[in-house]
Amino acid sequence: MRTEGFLSKVKSAGLAALIMAALSFPIVAYHADMDLTRGLFLESRWPLVAILVGGTFILRLLSEFVFAWMRGRPAAATRKTKQGISPRAFHLIGFAGIGALIAFPLAAVFMLGPAGSLKWIDNYGIQILIYVMLGWGLNIVVGLAGLLDLGYVAFYAVGAYAYALLATDLGWSFWLCLPICGAIAALFGLALGFPVLRLRGDYLAIVTLAFGEITRIVAVNWTALTNGDAGISLLPKITFFGIPFSKGAEGFASHFRLPFFPIERTIFLYYLILALALLTNFLTLRLRRLPLGRVWEALREDEIACRSLGIDTVAAKLSAFAIGALIAGIAGAFFAVRQGFVSPSSFGFIESATILSIVVLGGAGSQAGNVLAAILIIGGSEFLRELDVLQEFFGYTFDPTQYRMLLVGLAMVAMMNWRPRGLVATRRPSIFLKKAKPVAVELIAEGRG
Amino acid sequence: MEIFLQQLINGLTLGAIYGLIAIGYTMVFGVIGMVNFAHGDVFMLSSFIALIIFLLLTQILGLASIPLALVIVLVAAMALTGLWNFMIERLAYRRLRASFRLAPLISSIGMSIFLSNFVALAQGPRNKAVPSMLDEVFKLTEGHGYDVTLSLKQILIIAVTASLLFGLWYVVEKTPLGRAQRACEQDQTMAALLGVNVDRTVSATFVIGAVLAAAAGVLYMLYYGVVNPNDGFIAGVKAFTAAVLGGIGSLPGAVLGGLLIGLVETFWAAYFSSDYKDVAAFGVLAVTLIFLPRGLLGRADVEKV
Repeated sequence: MRTEGFLSKVKSAGLAALIMAALSFPIVAYHADMDLTRGLFLESRWPLVAILVGGTFILRLLSEFVFAWMRGRPAAATRKTKQGISPRAFHLIGFAGIGALIAFPLAAVFMLGPAGSLKWIDNYGIQILIYVMLGWGLNIVVGLAGLLDLGYVAFYAVGAYAYALLATDLGWSFWLCLPICGAIAALFGLALGFPVLRLRGDYLAIVTLAFGEITRIVAVNWTALTNGDAGISLLPKITFFGIPFSKGAEGFASHFRLPFFPIERTIFLYYLILALALLTNFLTLRLRRLPLGRVWEALREDEIACRSLGIDTVAAKLSAFAIGALIAGIAGAFFAVRQGFVSPSSFGFIESATILSIVVLGGAGSQAGNVLAAILIIGGSEFLRELDVLQEFFGYTFDPTQYRMLLVGLAMVAMMNWRPRGLVATRRPSIFLKKAKPVAVELIAEGRG
Repeated sequence: MEIFLQQLINGLTLGAIYGLIAIGYTMVFGVIGMVNFAHGDVFMLSSFIALIIFLLLTQILGLASIPLALVIVLVAAMALTGLWNFMIERLAYRRLRASFRLAPLISSIGMSIFLSNFVALAQGPRNKAVPSMLDEVFKLTEGHGYDVTLSLKQILIIAVTASLLFGLWYVVEKTPLGRAQRACEQDQTMAALLGVNVDRTVSATFVIGAVLAAAAGVLYMLYYGVVNPNDGFIAGVKAFTAAVLGGIGSLPGAVLGGLLIGLVETFWAAYFSSDYKDVAAFGVLAVTLIFLPRGLLGRADVEKV
């Protein structure tokens, strides 16, 4: 009996290994390389296939044993339904997190010095916070209103280009441009939202994807306005409300009698995006309490019921699109001033997919989950860049950053299969009778509409 | 007039390729109501599989006959791509059928990102130029300063597409598998109650879609002579547009939509601007979904509460 069970496990693992071998046969086993005359020749990589097949066999065998062992244990269903973290603890964690974020650049400078900390504040801090803000913006559209938007990056691009054009052609200051860029992006949100009002679910997703791509193609080809693929460069740098971060007597450092370090600008940018992101968060939390926010959540759960109750779904959808776009536009203006140049290559579909994956992995509708997912995805891909020590093992053609999107894609698939509600998967009801109780994921049933 | 005729030929050839991919979208949507976002990348993957098998046959195994090599390539690419899509459905989509509506779509977006990056990693992100072959060109009209031509590849594409479509029609209309598919399309629960193996039918649907996409991948590689890991996205969106334009869920609609999209794209590029040819396809997609969500040959989508 036992040996039979063992045999069947080996058989199943063997089948998995066989399938792996067939899947990897042409595409992994041979690499079509180009020689100097642009002719193709093949280069075999059988050891790699052997590793994949062997790995599949061992993993499958192990998982068979783990499953058998789990089946032997008392059924998991008898365990108590997990309770979410209490609202109080949640608040405490939130405030601790904000405190840590405020202290982060100062601590980094203190520990690593002005030169050593630049990478941490810029590549990790600012980069992650931009995506946190974008994730929170998209969360209003996807997480609250339940409208899957695959072209969110279009509004980000509109904000960035709006700042680039206003600043270079009209010479307007960043502080004046910031709200204007947000407003322009919000108008775009309304304009793109209007035609798609009747669509739902997947069709909406595909049309927004089309709009996102059209925006990018227009940015590439309308060279008179956008300078095409080359983009717009030499944008004016950020100022401390009018005081430039320069070395001279007029600069920020001498104005406040501080020693001059180039990193001061970066730290200011960090606090700026932190403030913008927190403002977004605050806005979202307040909006959820307004009738509008409740309409969004109702819309997400069941659109037909909403219409039957006489709720104005048109206004709800348009406002979700416009507010989401407003946030993306402001983030885009920030991106442009931080980067100093904009070009269409920053606004491809892959950006939309990255932002969407942050929202999805974070658990649509969860503010804290977004932060966690942004740190994992953006911080993780920055971290992959640091792994070039691995080149010593895998040779110089090995580039860890190439694995970034591969892993993001896999994570999206795994997340949908394993925890479709995201990392932080409890929902606190925004309206309740006596006491707010966190709702466990298992109890949430979403209207299939 | 000559230019018009030439563009008509080019557009129909391109449209045949889009039509083959579009069938994969429309069948999957029909049977499980899911937009399989990764389908375009499955198509791209098949073009790479085809290229490598072709090189393997001609360079390493020393097969001299190009037509024989191409037949083997077509069959092998279809089989391997079918296996790929079978596994993709098993691992990435099957468990999500009972989940909330957008879960399979998001999972397939993840799969699409995975596939294009996987191929870019395994084969390098740059364009690969396929060795030129079957370059015969026939002149249909001569003189008038412009010769209308029909290439051997174009004839081949139309012929392969037509025979595959005939095969598909036979499978869907005349076999037990096709009957099971049509039953699942109408009512999955009822079909299951009547003894249809729903899981197996869905798997078969994915495999058929992948087999047709693989044929499109081989033809695409042959016709354009270049493959790239990023080809899947745009081709996939255009084929999806074709499926929607023809009426999603309708097989003749997918082919009709494919031909129309091919023609729109070719004529747009010829008479307006080739820079904006993708905008034309995306524009058609948006306009169709907004104003004609049922498509040309689709059925009315009645929503039950």
